[in-house]
Amino acid sequence: MTDLLSADGRDTLIQATYFAAALLFIVGLKRMSSPITARRGIVWAGVGMLVATLVTFASPQMHNYVLMTAAIAIGGGAAWVSGKRVAMTNMPQMIALYNGMGGGAAAAIAAVELLGGKAHGTTTTLLAVTGALIGCVSFSGSMIAFGKLQGLIERSFRFRGQNAVNALVLAVAVAGGAWLVVASGDDVSRPVAIFFGCALAFGVLMTLPIGGADMPVVISLYNALTGLAVAFEGFVLDNAAMIIAGTVVGAAGTLLTQLMAKAMNRSLGNVLFSGFGESAAAGGTTTGALKPIEASDVGVMMGFADRVIIVPGYGMAVAQAQHKVWELTQLLLDRGVQVKFAIHPVAGRMPGHMNVLLAEAGVPYDLIHDLEEINAEFEKTDVALVIGANDVVNPSARNDKSSPIYGMPILNVDRARNVIVIKRGQGRGFSGIENALFYLDNTRMLYGDGQAAVAQLIAAVKAL
Amino acid sequence: MIDGFIALYIFMLAAFTGYEVIARVPVILHTPLMSGSNFVHGIVLVGAMVALGRAGTTVELVIGFLGVVLAAGNAVGGYVVTERMLEMFKASGDRQRKTRPGA
Repeated sequence: MTDLLSADGRDTLIQATYFAAALLFIVGLKRMSSPITARRGIVWAGVGMLVATLVTFASPQMHNYVLMTAAIAIGGGAAWVSGKRVAMTNMPQMIALYNGMGGGAAAAIAAVELLGGKAHGTTTTLLAVTGALIGCVSFSGSMIAFGKLQGLIERSFRFRGQNAVNALVLAVAVAGGAWLVVASGDDVSRPVAIFFGCALAFGVLMTLPIGGADMPVVISLYNALTGLAVAFEGFVLDNAAMIIAGTVVGAAGTLLTQLMAKAMNRSLGNVLFSGFGESAAAGGTTTGALKPIEASDVGVMMGFADRVIIVPGYGMAVAQAQHKVWELTQLLLDRGVQVKFAIHPVAGRMPGHMNVLLAEAGVPYDLIHDLEEINAEFEKTDVALVIGANDVVNPSARNDKSSPIYGMPILNVDRARNVIVIKRGQGRGFSGIENALFYLDNTRMLYGDGQAAVAQLIAAVKAL
Repeated sequence: MIDGFIALYIFMLAAFTGYEVIARVPVILHTPLMSGSNFVHGIVLVGAMVALGRAGTTVELVIGFLGVVLAAGNAVGGYVVTERMLEMFKASGDRQRKTRPGA
């Protein structure tokens, strides 16, 4: 048996621990594929992370332990407090923030290795630089996404020739990176500054024009990018745990990004590089009028219905109406009404945003159905209640070829016998398109703040 | 230790593993899954620690320190929010708990 105190023994211990951590990460993620085992999955992954972190203190040729411990305490402490306190409605921006931090850390690793001349050889330097570029974009891009979701950055910045400027900044960053690869060994502080400056700027510029409703795509893309950056820096540091964990996340994030883009019927390039919404204000013409309805009438309709489907969207999150929605659902369930929830994949500001909010309110997950499961059921539904959703229920996507969202898979709410739309005012969705659903003969509009409107419905159902 | 093609093999197998593990996840778990994978790339913490541990000049120390702060934030924050979200998912069977007021 190898003596654990010898250099060789320590190395074996570290490698074995990293191996175990990588295994725990994969098993943990696998367990997250079912709601029943998911909770234990994250605990397994957490154990992997903890032991990997602890054993790293024993790595050879390490100094600065005081700084290291202080940094972990500061970063970990701040994240612990903020993570415990954040409201579920603000979860998308927190995930963007933590994700960006990971990208920034990967870039910092590259910076230290490059400045210290520790990345030897062309291949290693190239990997360090590539990882740093991806990490920087993920870092600064995620910070902008955080700012937008948090409401710190109000509008989308667009100007003429934006894509050309972005391409130029990226080209300078790449040139700086190439300089670093060629110049390894010399004093590299100048190319390092140019490279990192431009890479960070590119992330900012790339994310600024992207609108809120595209955030599910952007957040999962940056998640994938951080994973890749970590994997690249893992190659530089000879760290198999980083390579495996980073690559697994990179692949998973790529898949999720594809799913999100598909749910909007747009390519990733379209989401990132085209000013959607600005040019799309036109759209098809609509006939008919908006027909308002009183909450008491809706209460009667829902209270005596056999089947009700509730379709939440980002507006429910804004109004914090999820708890009231569940209260209403419980009343209806107690009356023997069958109630289901229909969730569009890109409802909200991150993948699965609505599911988390409903779960927070206490809605059991077996009442919640995604688009493919539930779309055929709208025809047999008495009342479809749309709360805060807009473009994802617009039938123009199915039958109006001139509509900018034509081809996007939607929830077939219009096929329900009665459609009730809770809406704050008469404004349009994020894409600026009129929603043909609102003008249909079977649609009634219940105007008001989401939470207040649902509270009225609760009172109405109770009064039956 | 991890040379050329070995590294490529690791990369390829890990990529397929990631894709396959995620491919069958139900839509309702997309958020916890994304934040779970967000936590997993927090493993960058071990790399940041090594980078800081071997940093020499003041500039390197500052960047290395920032790297560890960011990485620790990624790992801890990712864990806390994922755990909070997953804890909320309940089936109809365990619907004894009534709605939490307000919040």
